[in-house]
Amino acid sequence: MTARVGVILFPGSNCEQDAVEAIRALGGDAEVLWHGDATVGDVDAVVVPGGFAHGDYLRPGAIARFSPVMGAVADFAGSGGPVVGICNGFQVLTEAGLLPGALQKNRGLKFLCTTVDLRVETSRSVLTSGAEVGAVLRVPINHFEGNYTCSSETLAQLRGDDRIVLRYVENPNGSIDDIAGICNEGRNVVGLMPHPERACDVLLGSEDGKPLLRSLLTAAANAKV
Amino acid sequence: MWEPEAVKKFNVLVEVTLQPGILDPQGTTIERSLPHLGFDGISGVTVGKAIRFTCEAADEGAARGEVEELCKRFLTNPVIEDATITLERA
Repeated sequence: MTARVGVILFPGSNCEQDAVEAIRALGGDAEVLWHGDATVGDVDAVVVPGGFAHGDYLRPGAIARFSPVMGAVADFAGSGGPVVGICNGFQVLTEAGLLPGALQKNRGLKFLCTTVDLRVETSRSVLTSGAEVGAVLRVPINHFEGNYTCSSETLAQLRGDDRIVLRYVENPNGSIDDIAGICNEGRNVVGLMPHPERACDVLLGSEDGKPLLRSLLTAAANAKV
Repeated sequence: MWEPEAVKKFNVLVEVTLQPGILDPQGTTIERSLPHLGFDGISGVTVGKAIRFTCEAADEGAARGEVEELCKRFLTNPVIEDATITLERA
């Protein structure tokens, strides 16, 4: 059976089709889930995509966390289902309390739209199980509030539990400890600012997002069993 | 004649500010532009949000409790923001 990935569409999401296309190109099955439905259906993994959910009103992710689908996402994550939040999706997951910390505005006052090098820091997550620790991946970023921050206690926990999933080789936004992506305690919820779904075709300049999304499909297939 | 317990109305102002150490690009940009406009001696510029609404409650304590809860759960992200609440009878 093909792993089935649900990609959530909020009003203002704009990366959901990129995620759907990338997952399908890797042999997975993908469908768009409407934020207003209080269910994730029978999917085996959930992607919270990038964009500006609910216009980023109040704060990025602040309104989206109250969308009806988010209760179902929390239940799905709580039962071990793989969940990945990309960019705005990472902001939504922190606001929803599924990941610790917050995303503050970039150091340097600029919206960043560029491609960066990411170092895989652990293979113990649903997004990096098939990636090699230490591997450097070229992946685009596209954000203004991408500067990850958290309390010193949370940072110590993330480090101690090997939950920093990806780090920037050269930190573009000032994030604490060069963090580009983290996971929860169960390692089944991952949030990252870079866009692996936009790095899955040579035509787009990089295929380095493939090992990440392939890992997610593997986790989804395992969740199905 | 029986009268229902009066519900009081309060005008509420919630000021949301970034916690010390959290980057404030708007404040920084405004401050940087001031000398060019001839305003000298202004420093410590920060930018926050002002959220105004009315709240119905039995008394000021109850209103304040409700607004504090609202700030914690929705109007601020407690990881990076603080709220200052001002309440007065409408």
